[in-house]
Amino acid sequence: MYCGKPLTISFGRRWAVTDAARQIAPASVATLVGVAGVVLEAFAEGVLWWADRRLLVAADLHLEKGSSFARRGEMLPPYDTADTLGRLGRLIRRLDPGIVIALGDSFHDDGGPARMAPSDRADLAFLQRGREWVWIAGNHDRLAPAGLAGAHLDTLTVGPLTFRHEPAAGPASGEIAGHLHPSARLAGRGKWVRRRCFAGDGFRLVMPAFGAYAGGLNVLDRAFSGLFAAPTFRCFLLGDERVYPVSPRTLRPD
Amino acid sequence: MTARAKLAKAASALPAPFAAWFAERRWTPRPHQVELLAKARAGRSVLLIAPTGAGKTLAGFLPSLVALHERPKANMPGGRGIHTLYISPLKALAVDIARNLEAPVAEMKLNIRLETRTGDTPLHKRQRQKLKPPDILLTTPEQAALLLSAPDAPRFFADLDTVILDELHALVTSKRGDLLALGLARLRSLAPNLRTIGLSATVAEPEALRAWLVGQGPAHFPPPERGRSIGAAAREGVMRVPGSDPSPPLRGDPPFSREGKARRVLPMADLIVVKGGAKPDISILDSTERMPWAGHTGRYALPDMYAAIKAHHLALLFVNVRSQAELIFQELWRINVDGLPIALHHGSLDAAQRRKVEAAMAAGKLRAVVCTSTLDLGIDWGDVDLVINIGAPKGASRLAQRIGRANHRLDEPSKAILVPANRFEVLECRAALDANYLGAQDTPPIRAGALDVLAQHVLGMACSAPFAADALYREVTSAFPYRDLDRPTFDRVVDFVATGGYALRTYERFAKIREGADGLWRITHPRVAGQYRLNVGTIIEAPLLNVRVGRSARAAFAGRGGRVLGKVEEYFVETLSVGDTFLFAGHILRFEGVHENEAIATRTSDRTPKIPVYAGGKFPLSTYLAAGVRGILADERGWSRLPAQVAHWLEIQRERSVLPNPDQLLVETFPRGNRFYLVAYPFEGRLAHQTLGMLLTRRLERAKLKPTGFVASDYALGVWGLGDLGAAFERGKPSLDNLFDQDMLGDDLDAWMADTYLLKRMFRNAALISGLVEKRHPGKQKTGRQVTISTDLVYDVLRRHEPDHILMRATWADAATGLLDIGRLGDMLARIKGRIVHQRLDHISPLAVPIMLDIGKEAVPGEAEEDVLREAADDLIREAMGGD
Repeated sequence: MYCGKPLTISFGRRWAVTDAARQIAPASVATLVGVAGVVLEAFAEGVLWWADRRLLVAADLHLEKGSSFARRGEMLPPYDTADTLGRLGRLIRRLDPGIVIALGDSFHDDGGPARMAPSDRADLAFLQRGREWVWIAGNHDRLAPAGLAGAHLDTLTVGPLTFRHEPAAGPASGEIAGHLHPSARLAGRGKWVRRRCFAGDGFRLVMPAFGAYAGGLNVLDRAFSGLFAAPTFRCFLLGDERVYPVSPRTLRPD
Repeated sequence: MTARAKLAKAASALPAPFAAWFAERRWTPRPHQVELLAKARAGRSVLLIAPTGAGKTLAGFLPSLVALHERPKANMPGGRGIHTLYISPLKALAVDIARNLEAPVAEMKLNIRLETRTGDTPLHKRQRQKLKPPDILLTTPEQAALLLSAPDAPRFFADLDTVILDELHALVTSKRGDLLALGLARLRSLAPNLRTIGLSATVAEPEALRAWLVGQGPAHFPPPERGRSIGAAAREGVMRVPGSDPSPPLRGDPPFSREGKARRVLPMADLIVVKGGAKPDISILDSTERMPWAGHTGRYALPDMYAAIKAHHLALLFVNVRSQAELIFQELWRINVDGLPIALHHGSLDAAQRRKVEAAMAAGKLRAVVCTSTLDLGIDWGDVDLVINIGAPKGASRLAQRIGRANHRLDEPSKAILVPANRFEVLECRAALDANYLGAQDTPPIRAGALDVLAQHVLGMACSAPFAADALYREVTSAFPYRDLDRPTFDRVVDFVATGGYALRTYERFAKIREGADGLWRITHPRVAGQYRLNVGTIIEAPLLNVRVGRSARAAFAGRGGRVLGKVEEYFVETLSVGDTFLFAGHILRFEGVHENEAIATRTSDRTPKIPVYAGGKFPLSTYLAAGVRGILADERGWSRLPAQVAHWLEIQRERSVLPNPDQLLVETFPRGNRFYLVAYPFEGRLAHQTLGMLLTRRLERAKLKPTGFVASDYALGVWGLGDLGAAFERGKPSLDNLFDQDMLGDDLDAWMADTYLLKRMFRNAALISGLVEKRHPGKQKTGRQVTISTDLVYDVLRRHEPDHILMRATWADAATGLLDIGRLGDMLARIKGRIVHQRLDHISPLAVPIMLDIGKEAVPGEAEEDVLREAADDLIREAMGGD
């Protein structure tokens, strides 16, 4: 666990990565990530925490992906929704957010909410109790989830930050998005490591997918081209207990 | 009647065209051909074991040809179903056999139609085969499974009389063998009088193969135990699930005793053994060059090999892995001053390229071919008069098979030269050579049938026709590998096929098969059958990328021009950076990047390529050869037969340390640099050593000896750490006996296996074979990479939520026998109990040099991923600090 002196690295005027490790709970420590001047905390579980606003963001939950595949004859284990909600629930209990933003593709398809097991539905309702909950529309789930609590929005703006599912084309300032499922690979000690990651340049941050069955797309893929300003582009790889900022120079394509 | 007279009578019993055909050629039918004909006429199933060149193929087909000749004409429109089904492990072999068989059929003017059916057979021909089946169909296990899953299978196979299984020894030890065994069980249901003929060149347990060929009776079982660890279930995969047998056969224990007192008596096919031909002329290359301590390339012996090629007509140079073939080929051309036509043949070359080489071989246009095991199996491609085996043969049977490639005539000796690549391999070659002379065989034992294959088969049977679970269970357990399958497990597999078989029963409404009110299981939608057909088979390839060579990188990336040279494994491409050079298809190529499903490369004039990573011996040292190598070490009277350099090496070892007896395990400890080393010499193969290394480091960690890494070879295991290992063992803290105790296969194994990425790879295979995830969707093929990602995630979720799921059981069973070789490790630990010899040395021993040289070549496995991440993050910090 990192417990050294906080270290601040400057990358120009608007960008700041503080590698200070602030311990929240024994489970993981936060790495500070700046977006449009706002300092957010990135957790190894793959969520963002805006402490000042008590705001928690998780992207691409892809709930009911297992049952979506089962419809087509691929009987993936039906535990993905429980698994995803379980991990999200642990974070919610730890951080006690006032608002939770599910950043789109929360369900793998629009039929997902109807297929939810009653126990999962009850767990979700329990997590939503006593706080605001926002479902951002995704490309997998364009409709508001039927029969579930929470607001359904295309985008949400909080202070200088805009939350939307798909990153807008071209440069953006203060955008938090998902959709692309960024992951990164790097080499060391004769082996390869591939992890989900946050990808950002100080103006925009693309979040890793949180869902148990959500795969990853290499950040060097052309789908990411044009999104980030090269000089300040950084990836934040999800470790077991913390998030590691890594220079794109060390990354490899798939 | 004497045997000879019997033979003459049987030979005279040949129908006229056959007798005339033999007479014209001044041939007499060989005794085994006549004997097999007689047995087949008596309706017996037969296993024919014969060396290469003994006329095995003709023997196998002769009964069918005779029966078809004598069969009255069919008066039904469209004719009859097929009479004889021939199944071979290789497409190419089926095609080759068909070609070889067409000649005598034409010469005898027999009215017999024989056709092949493989993945390459065009659709219109397949459809015609269904409507008007040939008399003899030559095919592969996958195609047989497809035919059996069709609704018209009962009609197609109703007249089936004979199934001929070629290279049976190669088929039965794999999952393809399991699939084939299940298919055979179904064929026996469709055609109850079916007889089988197994053809096998080399075999360790003829009894197992004989039983494999015929239907097995029902078995009785104690109820399954509850609440065992999954590791225990995995180990059973190796040790065979105990049946009614009071002492279940373990590995290394002959499972089928002829006396058969306390053992189950298994129904078996008859056996015909053709005794061996001329003794092969095999020598070990005694090079004047300095023999390397480690490495696998055999590069030092190139001048000797080249001289041998020059002195012969056509030489085959066998190597164990593709990259080595590339290297030897490249280096041979470098010294090929005479411009001899030397070609390259391995599995990842483009098919067209391979066909070209094969044709040139058959036409006698080549002088040498460097090849991998793609040429191992019995394909006749020309007059090979020398086999050079580079590197260790890894198994006596494999060596015999390869040597059989030279000189395809039974009465003349085949000629072979073994080229050991390092000093340990000299011992292995010597042991293999002794084994070959002794006629010993060491093919692996047939393991219990895999559950993922069973799942695939169950779905296939549902696609063919609705089935009753009771009847299908009886049929499945009549297949030899599944004879001990218990009913609850079978029912779980059926449940898995239907809905995934999860404890959380939420997929009932999506079921692929469903039990009707009539008690029959049937598919719920025709789409299910379509998906089954696209996913049939058990060969899961490592994800492969095409290698496209363009004139320029830009042209190749744009998809314009360039030639596809073949395929490489994805993991290899992952190790390349743009600009790296590598050897492929005999060319030195410059890697330019990955574009969609292709690795893009350009030609380069670079003369020192980055050689493809050598992944160690692809085949582990066989148990039989391992015992031979231990015997050679212990018996110095035999050292005179070793090259002088090697004998000298062993003598120094005896002076500085000891040489263990065959039943002992030598463990040496010594300091070097600022670390302490432990080197053990179990000779059990790299896989078992790697597993042992993982478990030992866990235990040393607990003993606070701070192990920091290990390296495993086929022969030895080296572990190093910061604590003084030798001193600790002398104090008995821990004692070596405790350290190597068999109980490491309990909790340590369970804990470690659950975390290893190897299991994810095995799980991926099981998920694909069982049909949990699809290889291909109708219309679009997933790339290997997509499949890898999703099954890894599925594995994580399943492990957290239902770790005793049937697919997890299948995965652990695979791991136990496959990548981790736990069965072999267990046998070894039992063998060396109380027989560990510890030598505490001041410095490295001669025997330890090869393994010490391997250190640093292999990545240190383990859970060091976080360290890699941390170091990358530190780099960033350093970079940032330096920029300030």
